[in-house]
Amino acid sequence: MQIVDPAQRVAAMLRIRRFEEQCIQLARAKRFAGHYHVYIGQEATAVAACAELGPDDFVFTTWRNHGHLLARGAAPGRMMAEILGKAGGYAGGRSGTLHLAVRELGIPATSALVGGSLPLATGAALACKRRGSGITVSFFGDAALEEGASYEAMIIAAVWRIPILFVCENNSIPPELRKRGQFTSSTLPTTRLADVPESLRIPTEVVDGADAGALADCFHRLVGEMRRDGGPRFLEVRCTRWPGSFPLWPELPCGEWQVAWAFDQKPDRPDLAVWLEQSDPLVLHIRALAAAGILDQRRIEEIDARVRAEIADAVRFALDSPFPAAAEAYRHVWATGEPIS
Amino acid sequence: MKISFAEGLAKAIYESLAADPRVLLIGSGFMGLNNAARAMLDPALKDFSERVFVTPISELALAGAGTGAAIAGQRPVVDLSTGSFVFQAFPQVVNEAANIHYMSGGQTEVPVTFYALAGIRGSGAAQHSHRPQAMLGQAPGLQILLPGGADDAYYLMKWSLLESRNPTVFISHALLFEETAEIGPDFPMPPVGRARIRREGRDVSIIANSITVPRALTAAGVLARDHGVSAEVVDLRSIVPLDRATVLQSVARTGHAVIADECHRSFGVAAEIAAILAEDGLASLKAPVRRVAVPDVPIPYSPPLETELTVTAEKIVAAALKVLGR
Repeated sequence: MQIVDPAQRVAAMLRIRRFEEQCIQLARAKRFAGHYHVYIGQEATAVAACAELGPDDFVFTTWRNHGHLLARGAAPGRMMAEILGKAGGYAGGRSGTLHLAVRELGIPATSALVGGSLPLATGAALACKRRGSGITVSFFGDAALEEGASYEAMIIAAVWRIPILFVCENNSIPPELRKRGQFTSSTLPTTRLADVPESLRIPTEVVDGADAGALADCFHRLVGEMRRDGGPRFLEVRCTRWPGSFPLWPELPCGEWQVAWAFDQKPDRPDLAVWLEQSDPLVLHIRALAAAGILDQRRIEEIDARVRAEIADAVRFALDSPFPAAAEAYRHVWATGEPIS
Repeated sequence: MKISFAEGLAKAIYESLAADPRVLLIGSGFMGLNNAARAMLDPALKDFSERVFVTPISELALAGAGTGAAIAGQRPVVDLSTGSFVFQAFPQVVNEAANIHYMSGGQTEVPVTFYALAGIRGSGAAQHSHRPQAMLGQAPGLQILLPGGADDAYYLMKWSLLESRNPTVFISHALLFEETAEIGPDFPMPPVGRARIRREGRDVSIIANSITVPRALTAAGVLARDHGVSAEVVDLRSIVPLDRATVLQSVARTGHAVIADECHRSFGVAAEIAAILAEDGLASLKAPVRRVAVPDVPIPYSPPLETELTVTAEKIVAAALKVLGR
């Protein structure tokens, strides 16, 4: 999705946040059963990256894919319908949240295996090089570097010199904050994850995932370099995990995010208040825009109201969509359209 | 024209590269440790060098890269080298490639070919002798091709590289390289998914695939010459798709079935064929079926130990005589 003005960037980030909040509430209301992962706190990364991409480019993501798809322009209603397992979803209810993919947006397949998507993305980048157009962006979390597949994929990318941008969204929990019963975090012997690809001579950078401006500059520069000179590149985005993503199942601490939290109010929970102050890309970006006199609170409230209405429509579409007929279980095993076995 | 199995592979790879610029070779072994066969591939590697990708020993990511290139519009074949190495690539083959079309709700096609030289090949020992096809058969979404003759080495490889729209595992076998067959306009290819009757017979059906096809044909010759038994040899050619109808029709004619397969006995291809005959062919059977398969032990190195476990023509003959009550 192209970003041409600050209001659009705020809207794009808010669209992801409001979508994820609805996702959490639909899960809590038992509208869907499977485990899921939300992108709250990392919105600036997907928005900055996808703003640089065109129709020839590929994006590969993970189980934490909602933000990447929304930033690429996927329809929130069809995404939410898929998450609810409905016929109106992008895969007719076959993928759910874990494998959300939209081929027409250059997101042809989504692996929910840790590290599973890096080899696939490498192959897509090879295809980009073969046809002489496009690049591939491969998003993954810190734990992907615990998998051998990631190391192998980076070797191949380096040997073949293909246009792939590895984006490691590092939201690991520092060891001193880890508690039993939380959702897992990576346990790597280095805290600077860019060290791993550097050993393979892949150019690397580290950027702050809470700084929307820095991310926008960084992706603009890196994607431009790759379009000129090829790749690969590796970017470590340092994110601080949102408190709602610490539990085994996501929670909304203090309810939905409030625009006022970016201005003169703060939530009751101290851990959330600290996270908003120091690590929320949305709060920090809005404050920067307000301080520069670009957007004020009233204008942000207007943008938020529009986004909330859009996401409410998406939820309604998903809830209204029927479940797939049982016979649909047998379709799409084979591209030939008919059972061959 | 008469070609060998290895020539068929090399010819199919060359012609496919020439016919479609989307065909890519990820890895370039294909012929294993056979120097004469390797030389047959040299013209393809020379004439299409820009589409031959040098690979580190990274089977997992190579299988994934082939899959990723396929979903992005190319038609790669990934040489996974030895059949046992399919396990190094297993997550990308069975949990990515096999699932993508379905998980995407039919949005994305995955025309990738995974190639491996599988089987008991002579002192490969336990870690280089696997036949992974039965395990792969438990991953819906993968086509599994098992040529048992030079004609199908050529036809099936060419079909996989140029026409298939689904992920395909092509299981080759080093001990088939010298087998020969006629190809050409007078020898039309049955469609993929249709078994071949390699030899017609009246008394017993021998259901075979891959390396057990020539051994079943040898066995059928011995049965005719020494025992007056007319054996029919069915070459499955692929196990996904599986031509159940031809198997059932053959057994309906002969009333007796021997299944010769190089997978391990338990849960193998032979077990699946036996189950099909039990479910849908019981009325045709005049005697219980027999499986000639590899006992459920790892493959040993020493030649006499390996031979003890191998599916041979002699074992197929003995099984045929047994089902016939001789």
